[in-house]
Amino acid sequence: MSITETRTLKFAEALAEAVDEIMAEDPRVLLIGARFTGHTPSAPVMEPVIRRHAARIIWPPIAELAYCGIAIGAAMEGLRPIVEMSTSTFSYEAIPQIVNEAGLISSMSNGRVGAPVIFHMLYGIRGAGGPQHSGSPQPWYWNSPGLQVAMPSCAADVKGLLRWAALRSANPTVFLDHQQLMELEGPVPEGAYEIPFGQAEVKRPGRDVTIVATSIQVSRALLAAERLARDGIEAEVVDPRTLEPLDRETIFASVRKTGRVVVTDESHDRCGVAAGLAAIIADECFAALRAPIRRVGIPAVPIPYAESLERALVPDVDRIVAAARSIAAN
Amino acid sequence: MPPELALRFLRTMLRIRRLEERCVHFAEQGDGLIRAHYHLSIGQEAAATGACAALFTTDRVFTTHRNHGHVVAKGGDPGRVLAEIIGRSGGYLGGRGGTFHVAAPDLGILHTSAIVGGCLPLAAGSALATQRRRGQRVTLVFFGDGTMEEGVFAETMNIAQLWKLPLIFYMENNSVSPLERAGRGSPTSAHAATALSDVPRAFGIDTSVVDGTDVEAVHALVRRLVERVRFGLGPFFVESRTTRWPGNYGSFPKLVGGDTDISWAWDLAAAPDPVRAWTAESDPVIGYAAKLLWRGATDPDGLRALDAAVRAEIDDAARFALGSPPPDAAEALTHVYN
Repeated sequence: MSITETRTLKFAEALAEAVDEIMAEDPRVLLIGARFTGHTPSAPVMEPVIRRHAARIIWPPIAELAYCGIAIGAAMEGLRPIVEMSTSTFSYEAIPQIVNEAGLISSMSNGRVGAPVIFHMLYGIRGAGGPQHSGSPQPWYWNSPGLQVAMPSCAADVKGLLRWAALRSANPTVFLDHQQLMELEGPVPEGAYEIPFGQAEVKRPGRDVTIVATSIQVSRALLAAERLARDGIEAEVVDPRTLEPLDRETIFASVRKTGRVVVTDESHDRCGVAAGLAAIIADECFAALRAPIRRVGIPAVPIPYAESLERALVPDVDRIVAAARSIAAN
Repeated sequence: MPPELALRFLRTMLRIRRLEERCVHFAEQGDGLIRAHYHLSIGQEAAATGACAALFTTDRVFTTHRNHGHVVAKGGDPGRVLAEIIGRSGGYLGGRGGTFHVAAPDLGILHTSAIVGGCLPLAAGSALATQRRRGQRVTLVFFGDGTMEEGVFAETMNIAQLWKLPLIFYMENNSVSPLERAGRGSPTSAHAATALSDVPRAFGIDTSVVDGTDVEAVHALVRRLVERVRFGLGPFFVESRTTRWPGNYGSFPKLVGGDTDISWAWDLAAAPDPVRAWTAESDPVIGYAAKLLWRGATDPDGLRALDAAVRAEIDDAARFALGSPPPDAAEALTHVYN
């Protein structure tokens, strides 16, 4: 695939374009819910897509457990349903079906039956989400064998990853978009393209410290890298793009080059994604490490509503910079 | 009822009974063949047999932890079923599923969930796929009365009816007293409804109640519903009432009357005390054998011959299962992803 032309799109626009193309290209795709851009300022970008494909969009009752299970059952029968769950914490209502059915079907059938369903969710500290609408479920789903977990960080990636999951994948996918990424602009290749799962991308090269960052943390890590560069610290930002499958080699290659690692994900520190990635890196690259691995996540507390409290918990640029400095100075 | 079909029903029911008796023998051998608790469907053979006989192989069946009879009735090979029950490589799922999860994708049983209510939405999704493709495939989901205590039951009923899914909900209420099997009320488990069949009716779902020990009644009902589902109609709800087998001690069944003796069909007094009343009033296998004798469709010698043939079949199945090696440990990490 040679891609030369790009244009600048918002994350939400690239997402809507991906859904539009997927629906046009594969009649097996069925949408259960379709407000992929949630209540963000970009919500309207989905409207023309919803109008165009109305015949293959089902608006379910408020029954996450049943409609997720229905999507799984339809996927087992050869459809390729995409469930748009809106706020990711709503998926907790459907854990029995997502974790205990979808994730197990391939194994339980000895590889005979697959369930290529996508659960699309908007996660993270979106601003005034309060304790129940700011959740980050990626550690839960990453801890559930049989599920794939995608966490795009930019407009080009959300389109390519969603297209791959919807059109090519044979397995169930939890697809997590951070609510605050929707307005982020970035270059998007012209035409149809897909990004296969399990391919990390180095978003910024550097020699002094590796910052492994997921989703919205990539934007924060890139800003942190600019600040670090002013002090002469060149950070390499590696985006796994999918947690499962995980491109270990790209991460390990960077770690072996820099010997210093910050891992950052907007989930709770305790058994969080950063913890999991840090453990994998420590297991495989310990000899290459010249400093302890640092994690930047959210303390294990519910996310409060008040802006002052909320802001205190966000794993922001300052915290990434501080973490990188603390080990780069060694 | 043509005698050949009647005898086929009896044979299938007897095959399920003998296979499940063998499970108890395996468990009681105590050498780890069955390593934990398990569930049998003794007393419910008529529901599995009558309902599955109304389906094609390509039709879908979803079931539960109490699945052995459903898989056999759908055409499952007893050897591969027994091998799966004891976790052997020759089982339908290579030993990954075990007794709780026996399924047979080639026979239309794609996935068996042992979570109460787990298969309800999956079956609805199967029906949704058929509806979207304007297909004629039928999906039938077996589940127990306990599922009606789950939230997923209400969610799935609601969606199935809103979307008019071509689906048969087959609820097996397996703890109804003999006298109440034909009645309206069905107090059960821990449900506030005085009649469980009132619950789907509240959603406006076409609901039938059937004596689940009567294979011909089950078959006639399900055949009628299947015809309607093939026309795209649905959903339908069936409450199938059976009476608890005395050996059903929770999760560790016991053959309190020993193996079923086919001669009880003409000599009920020979049935041992713990199972005599149940055999007389509620055993779908012996009851149907007695009915076929009374109708003149067979005689005691015919029943003995049929039973001997089924026993030989289950002996072969047990030999196959016991001879099938455990899955290779190297397989522990495979098939997680498709």
